[in-house]
Amino acid sequence: MPRARRLGRWLVSGPPILYLTIFFAIPSLIMVLASFRTPGEFGGLAPLYEEGKLDLNLESYARFFSETVYAQIFLKSVVYALLTTFFCLALAYPLAALIARTPKRYRDLLLLAVILPFWSNFLIRIYAWMIILGPNAALARTVNAVLAWFGHGPVPLLFSSFAVLVCLVYVHLPFMVLPLYANLEKHDPTLLEAARDLGASSWQRFWRITWPLSLPGVYAGGALVFIPALGIFAIPDILGGPDDSLIGNVIKQQFLETRDWPFGSVLSIVLTVAALAIAGLAAWVARRNLATPSSREEARA
Amino acid sequence: MPKRRFGLWLAAGAGYAFLYLPLVIVIAYSFNDSRLNAEWVGFTLSWYRTLFADEGMIVAAGNSLAIAAVASLVSTVLGTAAGVAMHRYPSRLLSFLVLAPIAIPEILMGVSLLIFFVLLNFTLGLVSVALAHIAFCIGFVAIVVRARLAGMDESLTEAARDCGATPWNAFRYVTLPLIMPGVVAGALMAFTLSIDDFVITFFTAGAGTVTLPLQIYSMIKIAVTPEVNAVSSLLMLLTLALIIIASKVSPSLLRSEELA
Repeated sequence: MPRARRLGRWLVSGPPILYLTIFFAIPSLIMVLASFRTPGEFGGLAPLYEEGKLDLNLESYARFFSETVYAQIFLKSVVYALLTTFFCLALAYPLAALIARTPKRYRDLLLLAVILPFWSNFLIRIYAWMIILGPNAALARTVNAVLAWFGHGPVPLLFSSFAVLVCLVYVHLPFMVLPLYANLEKHDPTLLEAARDLGASSWQRFWRITWPLSLPGVYAGGALVFIPALGIFAIPDILGGPDDSLIGNVIKQQFLETRDWPFGSVLSIVLTVAALAIAGLAAWVARRNLATPSSREEARA
Repeated sequence: MPKRRFGLWLAAGAGYAFLYLPLVIVIAYSFNDSRLNAEWVGFTLSWYRTLFADEGMIVAAGNSLAIAAVASLVSTVLGTAAGVAMHRYPSRLLSFLVLAPIAIPEILMGVSLLIFFVLLNFTLGLVSVALAHIAFCIGFVAIVVRARLAGMDESLTEAARDCGATPWNAFRYVTLPLIMPGVVAGALMAFTLSIDDFVITFFTAGAGTVTLPLQIYSMIKIAVTPEVNAVSSLLMLLTLALIIIASKVSPSLLRSEELA
């Protein structure tokens, strides 16, 4: 029986493992190797073995750490991703709280309404902001009329950092709502009633009960927003100005325009490490937060 | 209390407006009788006529549908196997391989597959795009199938085995029919993800191959016309239909938070 079970196990898990090893794990490893190589004369990679020398070096890493412009762009990407996470949280919290408080039979519908826009094409959602923020659209004309009234010259809304940020928030909002809702839905309403009976104001009830209890959802949503936002290239590419290039844009440029694969790989690895670090941090903080109250209970018992 | 409720409704209403207004504007302007997406002039269907006469767009749509059909078929088979394996024979390696492609920024998978295909001298085109799409769709199918299995009574399969069914027959006649809603929902999701994918396609398509998202991208980079609105509206309609069918087949789809 154990033999048959082992056979069954390999028949079932073998094919997906094989496929993902070939089309995910191996390409990722090749990228790690490529980061230690020299760029080829006509793009790509220089030959691995030439004139008795193995082409493995740290030059592309040295370049990333010596040319500050790349560290600056990376830092800018982190700032954009953090701002995106913050604004997503501010918008998602009331949405998630409302859904968690509505009667059960409407919840699925309200939740579906949050997820549906996520399923429309990514580019269409970017394109929509091109229309809304366009120079001839009502929003830009109104804003500039108000600015003119204050004696300020007109500002472009499209092709600006503002456009990039608005769209980043727009695209990632559902990622924040879902984990927040999943958390808020589990809260025990009697806690809030007890707090009210003891005379806590609504402000106190939120900051001292709902918010601390919702932190695991905040961390999960934060990681789900921050990680994809950090690697984005299409939004700055379409809606940004010349100064809005983020790490994703530089990676795209290294692979498709400059064709410097080793340096592009270094940037990709830096991005991966940052994404993994954030995911790990979020998981660690969430676990610590969960652990503290129960371990206190244990200590008391 | 009623006053607080009102504030919450107002904030949430603003949230929903933020989510939907942009999409409504795209659809509305696809019927607008003006080249500029700036103000409403009058109703017309001429952008849809332009769209259906645009040969580049028709070719792109054909490519997208072909890739999505192949990618969803293969990833449904592999993803179902992965979901079953994750449920019955949990292993770190499998979970990592299945979930990591979903968790990392898409651009990373795009560029690593680009290097991979070019180094192997594999011509970039429809096939490389389909192979890439399968790789990221497997995870989504696996999650839906595993969620379905988790809600299933495992003793049914055991009973079939005790009655003498071979492992394959127990799967084919007991487990598979029970998880079928999850499998179908996963397939529809994979189809939608494939037809909508831009980032990974952008890196793995090469110069000569165009899909709908790539065509939309080059149109909005060069010149914006309401033809983009028309193709966007149709694409949204297709996605909406697929997702609604998927959530009807498997209502739990809405509740698994990993999906977004």
